[in-house]
Amino acid sequence: MSASGPRLQPSLFELSRPGRRQDKVPHPPADALDRIPGEHRRAGPAGLPEVNEPEAVRHFVNLSQLNHAIDTGFYPLGSCTMKWNPKVNEWAARLPGFAQLHPLVPDAVAQGTLQLLWELEQILIEISGMPAVTLQPAAGAHGELTGILMVREYHESRGDMNRTDVLVPDSAHGTNPATATMAGLRTVSIKAAKDGGIDLDAFRAALGPQTAAVMITNPSTMGLFESRIGDLVEAVHAVGALAYMDGANLNAILGRFKPGEAGFDVMHINTHKTFSTPHGGGGPGAGPVAVGEKLEPFLPAPRVLREPDGTFRLERVGERPTSIGRMRSFVGSTGVLVRAYAYLRTHGASGLAEITDDAVLAANYLKDRLADSGAYDIPFPGVCKHEFIASAMSIKKSTGVRTLDIAKRLLDHGFHAPTVYFPLTVDEAMLIEPTETESIETLDAFADALIEIAREAASDPETVKGAPHSAPVRRLDEAGAARNPNLRWRVAAGDWTPCPD
Amino acid sequence: MAYGPHTPADRQRMLSALGMTSVDELFADIPESLRSSPLRLDPPEPEQSLMARLGGLAARNRVDLASFLGAGAYRHFSPPMVDQILLRGEWYTAYTPYQPEVSQGTLQSIYEYESLIAELVGLDVVSASHYDGAAATAEAALMTCRATGRGRVLVSRAVHPHYRQVLRTYVDGAGLDVDEIPLVVAGPAGGTTDLEELARMLADADHPVAGVILAQPSFYGLLEPMAQASRRSHDAGALFVAVVEPVSLAVLAPPGGYGADIAAGEGQSLGIPPQYGGPYLGILACTEPLLRQLPGRLVGMTTDVDGKRAYVMTLQAREQHIRREKAASNICTNQTLLALAASVWLAALGPHGLRDVAAMGAAKAAELEAALAAIGVPRVHAGAYLNEFAIRVPNAAAVHRELLSRGVLAGLVVAEVVPDEPSLGDALLVCTTEITTSDEIIAFARELAGVVATLAAGVPAAEAVGAPA
Repeated sequence: MSASGPRLQPSLFELSRPGRRQDKVPHPPADALDRIPGEHRRAGPAGLPEVNEPEAVRHFVNLSQLNHAIDTGFYPLGSCTMKWNPKVNEWAARLPGFAQLHPLVPDAVAQGTLQLLWELEQILIEISGMPAVTLQPAAGAHGELTGILMVREYHESRGDMNRTDVLVPDSAHGTNPATATMAGLRTVSIKAAKDGGIDLDAFRAALGPQTAAVMITNPSTMGLFESRIGDLVEAVHAVGALAYMDGANLNAILGRFKPGEAGFDVMHINTHKTFSTPHGGGGPGAGPVAVGEKLEPFLPAPRVLREPDGTFRLERVGERPTSIGRMRSFVGSTGVLVRAYAYLRTHGASGLAEITDDAVLAANYLKDRLADSGAYDIPFPGVCKHEFIASAMSIKKSTGVRTLDIAKRLLDHGFHAPTVYFPLTVDEAMLIEPTETESIETLDAFADALIEIAREAASDPETVKGAPHSAPVRRLDEAGAARNPNLRWRVAAGDWTPCPD
Repeated sequence: MAYGPHTPADRQRMLSALGMTSVDELFADIPESLRSSPLRLDPPEPEQSLMARLGGLAARNRVDLASFLGAGAYRHFSPPMVDQILLRGEWYTAYTPYQPEVSQGTLQSIYEYESLIAELVGLDVVSASHYDGAAATAEAALMTCRATGRGRVLVSRAVHPHYRQVLRTYVDGAGLDVDEIPLVVAGPAGGTTDLEELARMLADADHPVAGVILAQPSFYGLLEPMAQASRRSHDAGALFVAVVEPVSLAVLAPPGGYGADIAAGEGQSLGIPPQYGGPYLGILACTEPLLRQLPGRLVGMTTDVDGKRAYVMTLQAREQHIRREKAASNICTNQTLLALAASVWLAALGPHGLRDVAAMGAAKAAELEAALAAIGVPRVHAGAYLNEFAIRVPNAAAVHRELLSRGVLAGLVVAEVVPDEPSLGDALLVCTTEITTSDEIIAFARELAGVVATLAAGVPAAEAVGAPA
């Protein structure tokens, strides 16, 4: 087996040649480590690759070119909000005053960052309609865990010790039930109603004195606004439980719906979705959590505080004993939060409202074009929010071509595929989220490609089933990868040179 | 809108296609009673003004100090090639490689990251990344409970206090127990984990231990008896977790070498800027038998239908999007871009460069220890250390404050972060790396001598200050 094709790269380890080195840092004195007892020392140098700068840079540049990215093309990955990542954000996060600041410096030398974080909290308070925000969680799922741990702490603080259940619709992201488990709670999955929305009666039947919280994504993972949400939140509060809103789809409701005003007690926000911080090939994100008054005492520590004299400081260790504690080291993913702050300042109130309007308009336009073509099933034909579901159910029945095949064929057209087979509640689902930063020409071209693929599925199904044909590699042996996991390069003995010192 | 493409004519065209006259019609599904009050925020800000605002905020932070602060976040030299690679949009504007055929760059880079870290820690399985060292340590603790079916974790009090706090949050959440192993109070092993106490805690048959967690080097910079702790843990049927600082692994024994089952740690030191706390890189690695307990993504090598070498996310049956409430963790978004940063940094330095970085930090630390000893400021502990150690300074908080006004960031006032370790009530934790200069060390010793002398003479520090250095 060997790497081939014009752009595929050998592994970094195969580029290594003993003695090929880069003099990036000065040599330490020869006796630098003499005072370290032998029992603690490493026997020989780690088997890391030895490459020179040109080889290393070419390696990583060539690798990068194997990726589809927002910077290279349309990325309608539903539920992930792959919008434009502004370049000024990258500039901001790299300002030495932000980037080189150590997280444990005294507050007096971190006033710029502390002010930024405090102002960001105020903006998120306004957007969420809730009175307090923590910026500490490192990602959406981390925010979910933070929120549900606070819910648990709230109930326990009232001596209400038997609330074990978290109610989650069956269309929810997998992180919701996984979060409940991590917080020591039990997930109760509730089936959606026929129209794709909340089944109020099913929820009412499951609610009771054992319910800790209900977790709702609104708009739902089907891209639908949950119009019965007011009644649900009321029913949740009537049994003494709390209402959690998964804010993954916040891009659809800025300026139109504030979860706090609608009665939600807690929500997380994905800065890498709604607020344009880059997805980084899988991360980092940041998952600020907004809470109502009931949960404010339990926010993780430390919070950012503004003193009466206008200076800012972090809470001291143990200052607020009601806190659930820490969710991560230091303050939070500040570098990500700087980017989110830049984005929010850029848009302001009117710009944020426009984001939502344009994102919803684009999704509906695209949905309408596909519906008009008749090529795909559109299970929920009414108005959608920022994303919508199309399905290849009928195509599969008539041609044997599946959603997976269509997704792969889209790659040949230069588009990233939508999210596929999610939510789990719709067969052959494609969750399509165009975002507000794609032009009408791109939306049309994408619709044309999907319609063309549907036609091709009938005329030449094998071509679709064999796709992609023009990507750097074709379909992968995923079963083999799982059966015989190869999770690391094995360095052969003698590949490295002993250290000359 | 700042980044939107739509002209009024475009919007009109889309609305007409939908048979609508106003975008408000698209929000008619929000019941009247739930519609929000308008956003009360500032107006939009053009890029030029925004850059001035951000530049002003950044300038209010001070990053010009002679810094001896480490304590879990370390400043290292980063060759310009690293950030130039990271600024390629193909890396940072992609997402999780759900479509592997058009994500081979990200996938191969994760596989290479897994391989590089595996070399450093001496363990075969490395997760694609966790949020930070603290979250990785907490996940490691939960792994030990799942793997052993036991519900109690022991963590040394020499593990970073933030990690211990996060561990408590996670472990409490899961309904498990965590107990802290005290430190040896004095003598040659002072400040290291008390192995006799560990043995006693492990022997409690009513509360069997799932995992034991020690850090190497410890939060106080000391080298811990990892091999002995590992052996004792295994003798009691517990797993052993090493919390590591990856740069140190260029010169220190790898966790796999002393029998650790899991290594967790903070990857920030691999060339990632401190950024006031993140985004960082949680390292989590384990032995092969624990593979199915490992949370988070894994990338494996495979082939495509033509037999070409390719990479793919694998063993996803552990993950939340498949297993939902039965998943090993709820982690979804991780720190892939930071894993790439670490890989590029390691490729730029190579094995010898990395060793030089670690050894130079140690050399500078010895220089600092000597300079401070010369002015009568001793180390708190007697044991071996690599590049970070605690010093005893009367009235540590006041001294630290005074030195700050003289341009020296004198490490960490231990009591402010660890208020419950009485033996370190007057300690500063100081650190050097390869970027610490001899001039900074001289300035630190000179200013510290002056401040200690004036405080000893009973003169309030503020009045004793002469001209700034």
